[in-house]
Amino acid sequence: MRRVFSSLWLAVCFACASLLATQSLAKEAVPMAQEPEVEARLVKIAEELRCMVCQNESLASSHAELAEDLRREVRDLIKGGKNDAQVKEFLVARYGDYVLYRPEVKPLTWALWFGPFLLFLIAAVGLVGYLRQRRQAMPAPAALSEAERARAEQLLKD
Amino acid sequence: MKKFLIPLALFLGLVVFLAVGLKRDPREIPSPLIDKPAPAFRLPTLEGSQPFGPEDLKGKVWMLNVWATWCVACREEHPVLVAFAQKNAVPIVGLSYKEIQPQDEQGGKLAPEAKLQLARERSVVWLQRHGNPYSTTVMDLDGRVGINYGVYGVPETYVIDRQGIIRYKRVGVVTPQLLADKILPLIRSLETS
Repeated sequence: MRRVFSSLWLAVCFACASLLATQSLAKEAVPMAQEPEVEARLVKIAEELRCMVCQNESLASSHAELAEDLRREVRDLIKGGKNDAQVKEFLVARYGDYVLYRPEVKPLTWALWFGPFLLFLIAAVGLVGYLRQRRQAMPAPAALSEAERARAEQLLKD
Repeated sequence: MKKFLIPLALFLGLVVFLAVGLKRDPREIPSPLIDKPAPAFRLPTLEGSQPFGPEDLKGKVWMLNVWATWCVACREEHPVLVAFAQKNAVPIVGLSYKEIQPQDEQGGKLAPEAKLQLARERSVVWLQRHGNPYSTTVMDLDGRVGINYGVYGVPETYVIDRQGIIRYKRVGVVTPQLLADKILPLIRSLETS
């Protein structure tokens, strides 16, 4: 009974939470302009750009005023026939690579892109080395004596 | 013994990284505009004189200070700028950034002229109260010039050299120490070069 209650309770919580989530999402929606195509591209580009004010929010979801202004700029650029790369370039020229959530692969960002793999490789090499060393350090199992073998056979027969 | 030293060294390395990370200001992001030409603009001034643009100061080292009356940190910074302006080292141009905020337009969108007038009235009162360090102030009402300069948090301050190249950018409050240690020596070296 108790179980049923607790799972019911959980379901209610989930329902509330998802309701809240959709509400807050509804609030965050970007004002739809006349052209849905421009808006769709704006959202797609802005999701990969960082809002400089909140830093951990994308340009698409941020409420900051600067984000709104930048969305306006991006909208204008799209309407002016610029492609996605050109739009990103516009923002990088002003705010730096920091606005890109997915920074370009170049010598300066190699550590960022390949560093984790390098660390993983070092760890893997270390682990293999350690395991090998441990295996060598362990004494080889001694051979069974005649009496022990006889006893083992006896045990297996039973 | 060696077995304990390796994890200890790794741990200490991690501590050093984290300690350095804690001390750094996450708002301070290097600007890509350093050593690039200052973006051109021509904006109406607070004083109502001829519209001002960076070309007007070509041949001079100058400072651009982004501010607004609604900006709390600007109030903190302002006495420093006023004192600095009295030394007459370089002209300081004010960039009034988005003086009219969305909440000011709740009663309906203002016409551009009305917006400019309201912004001027407010800024004049504010400068009368706190002192005016600016040789001129330009009105960036829609924040577009701000975007071209990569403004993301007022106050911001730029040092621009005689060829119109941005040499320094400060995001946040300019302190007397910063002026003495960094900005003034930079200005001097730019003026002699």
